[in-house]
Amino acid sequence: MLTQDIKLSETPENGISFPTDRIMLDVKDLKKVYPTPKGDYVVLENLNLQILKEEFVTIIGHSGCGKTTMLSMIAGLNPITGGDIAVLGNPIKGPGPDRGVIFQSPSLMPWMSALQNVMLGVNRVFPHASRSQRKAIAKYYLHKVGLDGAFHKKANELSQGMQQRVGIARAFAIKPKVLLLDEPFGMLDSLTRGELQDILIEIWNKEKITAVMITHDVDEAIFLADRVVMMTSGPRAKIGDVLKIGFERPRARKTVLEHEDYYKYRKHLIDFLEH
Amino acid sequence: MGYLELKEVYKTYGEGKNATEVLHNINLTIQEGEFVAIVGFTGSGKTTLVNLINGLLKPTSGEIRFKGKAVVDTSHERGVIFQNYSLLPWLSVGQNIAMAVKEAFPDEKREFIKNRVSQYVEMVNLLPAINKRPKELSGGMRQRVAVARALAMNPEMILMDEPLSALDALTRGNLQDEILKIWSKDKRTALLITNDVDEGIYMADRIIPLKPGPKATLGPEFKIDIERPRDKTELNDNPHYKKTRNAIIEYLMGIGEERKTTATAFYELPELAPKNFVA
Repeated sequence: MLTQDIKLSETPENGISFPTDRIMLDVKDLKKVYPTPKGDYVVLENLNLQILKEEFVTIIGHSGCGKTTMLSMIAGLNPITGGDIAVLGNPIKGPGPDRGVIFQSPSLMPWMSALQNVMLGVNRVFPHASRSQRKAIAKYYLHKVGLDGAFHKKANELSQGMQQRVGIARAFAIKPKVLLLDEPFGMLDSLTRGELQDILIEIWNKEKITAVMITHDVDEAIFLADRVVMMTSGPRAKIGDVLKIGFERPRARKTVLEHEDYYKYRKHLIDFLEH
Repeated sequence: MGYLELKEVYKTYGEGKNATEVLHNINLTIQEGEFVAIVGFTGSGKTTLVNLINGLLKPTSGEIRFKGKAVVDTSHERGVIFQNYSLLPWLSVGQNIAMAVKEAFPDEKREFIKNRVSQYVEMVNLLPAINKRPKELSGGMRQRVAVARALAMNPEMILMDEPLSALDALTRGNLQDEILKIWSKDKRTALLITNDVDEGIYMADRIIPLKPGPKATLGPEFKIDIERPRDKTELNDNPHYKKTRNAIIEYLMGIGEERKTTATAFYELPELAPKNFVA
């Protein structure tokens, strides 16, 4: 977890770098250009972001600003036009199991069961484990996300909320160093969203991994994050501002909502989005 | 007596062994000119409730009265804005709206209908797109057409079934303001179904939660005593807003806790590290 000695102003944007041994993910001078018939469209430029080990960072910004472009570049699913992305100092070369992704739509194989969907990744990442061990890993995470009764249900028989639970189990089961989440709860109602946020935080906290999550829900951004990163509107989007969330963990929703800083944080983020 | 009244309304789908009771003992009174929001969750029976009120469905038992008369069929007195827009894909924007206007004003001349259509298309800023088909429009534009269509019928009550859920935050905010403007201008009665607590607080006079089904019932109401017009940025500093918002969220989270199943099975995680692909 983020320690208190790091100040809000200490972001690469302000020319201050974190100590190298604490950095998990390092994004340097990132640039992305999409060619169009009317010439090049620069989506991202001069984007600098450092994320610490075991940190939970949420990213907000207007739709179309390039949040998903950035996340898919970190995932290695989208080529980099300029700049560097490194995980623990190693520059990324395409997608890899050190970075797990949870997409906005669950993106499961519809003809496979929940268990088979999770096993797909587990089999690749744990080739040295026995079959029963691999199954145990998949079952453990499906249980964690509350899918005990649905191991053998086909993905297309599950509700949207349940499919997204499988997506979470699948991502955690490969034990990634960094978890990348692209508005994972955007399509769910607020009750299911709250439940899944709690599940996500519980596993994240236990596994001590680093998480980067895009959201358009300001409350979600505050509740989950150690820092909320605000992206400017494109073209040439970059990091506009960073807000450090000082609430202690574990966080209870009720306590967080009643904390005197809560609505200050909220106002800060809404102001950024409205201007 | 209320403008709209639901008394001990039950709705069951299916029969015998396959019967599922969706709505259980729903009691609701809405006064003329009031804006009420019902906050509900996926599968809680929200759409069933809206369709009972607009007359597309009949209750299994209980009474629904609109202006004192029992609701037996659909009527242009109650305009509906559906979540999925429900526009006819082969008709243009103008034609979609004209169809509704003709239905509501069967005795009026062509000239009247034409004027009324353009008036409402203009209201939702879609005049440049009046001859376009729905598939040529973005989601936000389609929902604008649906809003214009519902209002052009001059309904006495507007029923909205998650009208803005599929839209991005910015478009959503704009349409919320447009709906509020129209509602306050003509002082119509409005019922909004939403899964967004903030949308409810921003728009409504009262918020009533619909507990998740099956056997969904209405929870306790929350009054929103905040003057209109409301300002989204100022709301954030309003103590009444914060208190009400927290109370509603707490209530909903409480329901969530109740719904959680207590799994007793135990699964052990083998202590294994993934293969190191970097080395």
